[in-house]
Amino acid sequence: MIPAPFEYARAESVDHAIELLGSADDAKILAGGHSLLPLMKTRLAQPSLLVDIGRIGDLSYIREDSDVIAIGALTRHHDVANSELLQQATPIVADTAQQVGDPQVRHVGTIGGSIAHADPAGDMGTVMVALGAEFVIRNAGGTERTVAAGDFFKGLFHADLAPNEVLAEIRVPKTSGGWSYIKFHRRAIDWAMVGVAAVQQNGSASVALTNMGDTPIRAAGVEEALAGGADPSTASARADEGTAPPSDAFASAEYRKEVSKVLVRRALEEALS
Amino acid sequence: MATTEKYVGQPILRKEDPELLTGRGRYTDDLSVTGMLWMSVVRSPFAHARIKGVDTSRALDVPGVVAAFAGGDFEWAGPLLMAWPVTDDLKNAPHMPLAADKARYQGDGVAVVIGESRGAAMDGAEAVDVDYDPLPAVTDVEVATEHGAPIVHDDFGTNESYTWSLTNGKVDEVFANAPVVVRERYRIQRQIPNAIEPRAILVEPNAASGHFTMWSSTQIPHVLRTAMALATGIPESKLRIVAPRVGGGFGSKLQVYPEEALALSVAKKLGRPIKWVETRSENYVATHHGRDQVQEMEIAADEDGKILGYRANILANMGAYLRIIAPGTPVLGGFLYCGAYMGQAYHVSITGVYTNTTPVDAYRGAGRPESTNAIERAMDALARRVSKDVVEIRRMNFMPPFTEATQSIGGLMIDSGNYPATLDAALEMFDYEQMRKEQQARRDSGDVRQIGIGFSTYLENCGWGPSKVIGNVLQYAGGGWEAATVRCHPTGKVVVITGATPHGQGGETVYAQVAADELGIKVEDVEVLFGDTDISPNGWDTYGSRGAAVGAPAIAQAAARVREKAHKIAAHELEVPLDELEWKEGAFRLRGAPDVAKTIPETAFSAWRAHNLPHGVEPGLEASAFFDPENLVFPFGAHICAVEVDTETGKVEVLKYVAVDDIGTVLNPMLAEGQVIGGVVQGIAEALYEEAVYDDDGNLVSSTMTTYAIPGAPDVPPIAVGMGSVTPSTTNELGIKGVGETGTIASPPAVLNAVVDALNPLGVTQIERPATPENVWRAIRDARDGGGGAA
Amino acid sequence: MTNVSVTVNGQSREADIEPRTLLVYFLRETLGLTGTNVGCDTSTCGSCTVLLDGESVKSCTLIAAQADGREVTTIEAMAQPDGTMHPLQDAFHRHHGLQCGYCTPGMIMAAASYLEENPSPTEEEVREALEGNLCRCTGYQNIVTSILDAAGSMSGAKA
Repeated sequence: MIPAPFEYARAESVDHAIELLGSADDAKILAGGHSLLPLMKTRLAQPSLLVDIGRIGDLSYIREDSDVIAIGALTRHHDVANSELLQQATPIVADTAQQVGDPQVRHVGTIGGSIAHADPAGDMGTVMVALGAEFVIRNAGGTERTVAAGDFFKGLFHADLAPNEVLAEIRVPKTSGGWSYIKFHRRAIDWAMVGVAAVQQNGSASVALTNMGDTPIRAAGVEEALAGGADPSTASARADEGTAPPSDAFASAEYRKEVSKVLVRRALEEALS
Repeated sequence: MATTEKYVGQPILRKEDPELLTGRGRYTDDLSVTGMLWMSVVRSPFAHARIKGVDTSRALDVPGVVAAFAGGDFEWAGPLLMAWPVTDDLKNAPHMPLAADKARYQGDGVAVVIGESRGAAMDGAEAVDVDYDPLPAVTDVEVATEHGAPIVHDDFGTNESYTWSLTNGKVDEVFANAPVVVRERYRIQRQIPNAIEPRAILVEPNAASGHFTMWSSTQIPHVLRTAMALATGIPESKLRIVAPRVGGGFGSKLQVYPEEALALSVAKKLGRPIKWVETRSENYVATHHGRDQVQEMEIAADEDGKILGYRANILANMGAYLRIIAPGTPVLGGFLYCGAYMGQAYHVSITGVYTNTTPVDAYRGAGRPESTNAIERAMDALARRVSKDVVEIRRMNFMPPFTEATQSIGGLMIDSGNYPATLDAALEMFDYEQMRKEQQARRDSGDVRQIGIGFSTYLENCGWGPSKVIGNVLQYAGGGWEAATVRCHPTGKVVVITGATPHGQGGETVYAQVAADELGIKVEDVEVLFGDTDISPNGWDTYGSRGAAVGAPAIAQAAARVREKAHKIAAHELEVPLDELEWKEGAFRLRGAPDVAKTIPETAFSAWRAHNLPHGVEPGLEASAFFDPENLVFPFGAHICAVEVDTETGKVEVLKYVAVDDIGTVLNPMLAEGQVIGGVVQGIAEALYEEAVYDDDGNLVSSTMTTYAIPGAPDVPPIAVGMGSVTPSTTNELGIKGVGETGTIASPPAVLNAVVDALNPLGVTQIERPATPENVWRAIRDARDGGGGAA
Repeated sequence: MTNVSVTVNGQSREADIEPRTLLVYFLRETLGLTGTNVGCDTSTCGSCTVLLDGESVKSCTLIAAQADGREVTTIEAMAQPDGTMHPLQDAFHRHHGLQCGYCTPGMIMAAASYLEENPSPTEEEVREALEGNLCRCTGYQNIVTSILDAAGSMSGAKA
């Protein structure tokens, strides 16, 4: 398949990109393109203009900023996975990046692109929610705003991101406690059937789930039980509270709910050990 | 140039490889010709809908679009070929290349758009407006047989196309009196073959001569030529079909497709070359699917587990139309519901059923993976019922070893076999006792991850096939012989032309090995030509594990004729009587003085210039042969699989897999092993991963490679391949039995039996295919909630 | 139309193309380098794998404009100009690492990229590294064997 015709423009800077995005009704940002191009090839997406931000060099970085690691939105999964800084300071991010897609995808796909795509089956959004990460968003007029990961995901493929805004930076806290990201899938290459991120931080554990609703979601019941002193085995029984997983070619919602309990328990056991 | 080296049986490296490894192989999509236009097919999004109108006007306005045609714009000489009416009263709905009145499956073609570029044709196809009146659809084979189900072809008033049956012995009596009857039910899920090369077609017309050349990614250029003549009315003598490099087939390119007839007809209408390349999404709806059966399998036995009889009732989903060999596909397994085992009575009944789904036809193994699933899993059920080890139950029921053709209760005259030998070898390789100990340890400790061991001691029939048998007994419309020409050029280099059409199996290499041995020359001095009906005008192509078993003997026969002629020339030139020369170490040698000798290449120049040939010998050094076997061939073996099952999530991992196969004479052990490993992994995919899923409206849910789970390298284990026995086939002089499908036939029940074995202590006796995490989890839960697991 | 200039197999290639032209079709149809194949439309099968600035990418999931000003290496450039095969190609030949050959260029390019990252991998690591490349013929086993063999001969050659 090949995409329907579109215009193409290359942005020289974030401001330039924002300007270009404002120039057409249905413009889309092309970062790595690994979320967007498959949709365009099957013609499920038919933007009239692609704004290529892939050459904006100053959006690809991983650096320490006091107790936070700042990751440029155009940093590729491959570079996130192989970042010694992240492996040390916030290892769940590097570990999860290594589980995204396949090597070819990780060589092109970017952390910002996959987060902005807001696919509930995406791994990185869940980890961001569990970590309480923050996203820096640039908009018209050179201003920017910061959104908590927990508030960013609004719905299925729908993020708190206006058509003429650009996700510029991902800020993740350094972690000192245990962590686990379990991606449960049939094949290595598959999206998560269910994913669980568990992070122990400052004496409490946060747990978030992949593909258990329209967005990455917190396992609030589990967190509440843990806060109340429950052990992982007991707490994990509440993993499916408030979830609304999909039924698809790979698994039913019922199965996802049940298996999420097993996976949350295992993730907690790993994170808290 | 001549050599005493023997090639058959050696792991000769492939002649095909250098061009494929360097990107120089030419698949159909790699070809283009001047003035070429692109074709795109408009497909029905509905599984069942009346077509009220097709409006191409918007498409014709799209930049680059040249033409557009709907179903009514073509006049066909006939429908697409359906070559296997297995019963006299079979109901066959003629399949025309485009649906004109009704779309009968999602993906059914309703129009074509022709553009100057790939993109223009696709843009145009999007702009065709089709007025559909959607109708209720039926996709499930059982539902389709129920009263009140939507009818796929109105004229028939039923979805049942045919019932084929076979009875040997007093079946009812045996079952009525048997102390033990095991009754099993299996659903064989639908699969999508997924050759990694999607289909592609290029047609170049010659308006002046009326000739057409069609390049197609097909397994069957010869059959296709005939079928295209029948569908389009273009004289067969003016059609040249070329299958260049073909990127896998697995049966899915053993077909006569609508797009082939369409590209040809449009090329004729417009007088310009037409190219069509299938997208993967299209492939999932437009290229035929495989399997899709519901099986009821019964075994009657005595208290010890000695089998008395077999009874199988099969519903086979045909999809919306009967495609080229679809009705016969389940029948290929119809004689094998007894596996390699003895008995007194046998009954199989197969009913082919229309549904609103992509047509189903041959997929690697075609009918035999299905029958092997039924018998091998039922053997385990029998073992459980009579409390016998699964090895013991097989051993006590095996047909005893035989070297001459022997009748089975399933009605086959089997060439040769030694079933215990492969089982013994496999058990040893597998270290069976040790694995049972590990399994027990896990059971004792109550581990979340349990181990299971599964067997499949299969027998199959392949090497399609003896023309008289397949025609007169099985009512197949075509023949089963194979043709070969062996030509020795003046300088002694040899060209072999085969009517088989290998597409990845390594035919060029093994055919060269066979010819080189017959002619006493080096394998690198043999070139193998195939897949072009102007070069190899005769043949039945490659499928049904016939390339080695039928194609190679034809080559050996033609080469023997060349040698016979060279013998005469050699004797004439050496001025000795014919019988004074013996064929030894690659040359005709004078008895008692072996240094007085002539090789076949040494006679070639003389044969070519014909200055001094013996009386009655024609110039040239080439011969042709048609080999028509008298019987099928019958590979068999023992496969053993160990799995680890996560009893909390249902996820299955294959820990160990041993395959011991007897394929008769092995032409090239490296390539044979490659066929086995590839086949076994495809079977593991069938057991654990792959399923084509339709929703109730007939939409294909597993519609892309992201939702149809072909396993990757991390998802499958290494396969240990061993040898047990070599029982040469008595069907052909080379003793070949065929190996292309054995792995896919044998492995699914080995894996599934292992999963059930792992979970049996939890009360699980049954598992839905494929054994996905969810299906396994459900089996465990259902067993826990009482009952014997999912039915 | 948009203008792209890509260094392909060491040669600078420039063309005016429709913006929607995927990199794989730029290689196959604009430049005639048909060794890179297309097997799917969902970025799954990996048949279209080429190297972009030395790293494996799926050329069906990039538009050609994304490669503008960059270097692309395809299967056609893996063998030496004198025809000597790359150690990976040679190992695939010796270990029967291909059957129909359609996935093979992608497998080789994915492996070449991976061995740059990890010159002496384990069998399990090689299998993981091939997660983005599907093969329907071989069952992967001989592909993995070939790559392990090539890794040995390549690191031996460097030492």
